[in-house]
Amino acid sequence: MNISHHPGDELLLDYAAGSLAESWSLAVAVHLALCPACRRTVADMEAVGGQMLVAAVPVMVDDDLFASVIAAADAEPEDSIAAQPLADSLDPDPVLPEPLRSYVCGDADTLEWQRLGLGAYQLLIPTGDDGTTARLLRIPAGRPVPTHSHGGLELTLVLSGAFSDSTGTYGRGDLQEADESIDHQPHAAPGEDCICLAVTDAPLRFKSFAARMVQPLIGI
Amino acid sequence: MNAIITHDTEVKFRPSGAGRASLFKRTGAVASASRPPSGDTKMERPVTSADLDRTSDDMSDLLVRVAQQDLMAFRAVFDHFAPRLKAFLMGQGTNPQMSEEVVQETMVKVWRKADQYEPARAAASTWIFTIARNLRIDHIRKANRPEPDMDDPAFVPEPEPLATETISRAQDAAQLHAAMSELSEDQRAVLQLAYFEEKAHPEIAETLGIPLGTVKSRIRLAMKNIRSKIGDSQ
Repeated sequence: MNISHHPGDELLLDYAAGSLAESWSLAVAVHLALCPACRRTVADMEAVGGQMLVAAVPVMVDDDLFASVIAAADAEPEDSIAAQPLADSLDPDPVLPEPLRSYVCGDADTLEWQRLGLGAYQLLIPTGDDGTTARLLRIPAGRPVPTHSHGGLELTLVLSGAFSDSTGTYGRGDLQEADESIDHQPHAAPGEDCICLAVTDAPLRFKSFAARMVQPLIGI
Repeated sequence: MNAIITHDTEVKFRPSGAGRASLFKRTGAVASASRPPSGDTKMERPVTSADLDRTSDDMSDLLVRVAQQDLMAFRAVFDHFAPRLKAFLMGQGTNPQMSEEVVQETMVKVWRKADQYEPARAAASTWIFTIARNLRIDHIRKANRPEPDMDDPAFVPEPEPLATETISRAQDAAQLHAAMSELSEDQRAVLQLAYFEEKAHPEIAETLGIPLGTVKSRIRLAMKNIRSKIGDSQ
């Protein structure tokens, strides 16, 4: 795999420091599953966090805290082994990396995709965030994604196939950060449907009349 | 490497946790009791760069012993990290009581998961930071933290066993500390806000009253400086 589009350091830092909201973190985590280089960057940022922790001016803790730790460690049962995320564990080559399969309870070929029209499909992904939307998109090979601009930030992570727009070509593992300054017309590459994880913090604004007509109905 | 002084004779142990020792399954590792590294319980003494390599190695060694259910080693790790964890969490706006709850849960997890700690991959402080970070997200923000799963068949492993340029290893603590202390005030400020006040980069821009693009470039420069200094010295 040859990933050429990575998340910016500021996004990785938010993830490493623990301040990034869940939906965005999902896109970052799936990119990390596919990108050893960014995992190293996050590991370095976690080391910076460890140094920040060591450099903190210590605050007295309650005299009984150690005893409480011992009591709690002794009282609570050991963590049970996490359940396998459904019966997809036999697939040697899943399209959707973890933690995404657990979020959607399956892999790309087992999902109940929702028709978007023009051959495109989506699947909304439940997260704990208000004000952001995470979804899987499936755009047919060679077809355009309806022209849209963004009210806020959009992260798009390609999981299968590829798409191109004025900013470049994006294949599996590539992450695009787009904001309101980008008015782009992505096209899925020919040959294979493009499946991507898209996270937005505001509804997409579609340009074409037809797309605007269906937009309220399909929740995109 | 091994800065911990081990004694064959019994060493006096602080009483507040010792009475509970019998609750734990003991292993042979406990038979050779050892003294916590000196200085760890003196909270008034600031951490100096010169101390860091030794302390970091000590803490890594201690965690390895915690994995063998060594209660004295655990007490030393607790004395070093618990007051710092509390300070760190309070810096992020968590009240003292809640902070102690997260400290408690973090230390419980350190005790239980110490066998998963790999000294070659990360400093003790890095590992404990990630545990506390995740517990805070879980318990204070009540949110999930999505993370990759290295056992997943779709997970793309490192092309090489361990990249030489990574700065995460325990022995690099002093280098990392030095690199961080050489950052510009501007760059240090954004890192402070990111880690100590748990602000995402748009909030950092708001807090400092500077454009988002400036925050991004400061973060990128800070990380570039840190990584290049670590890289230069290897």
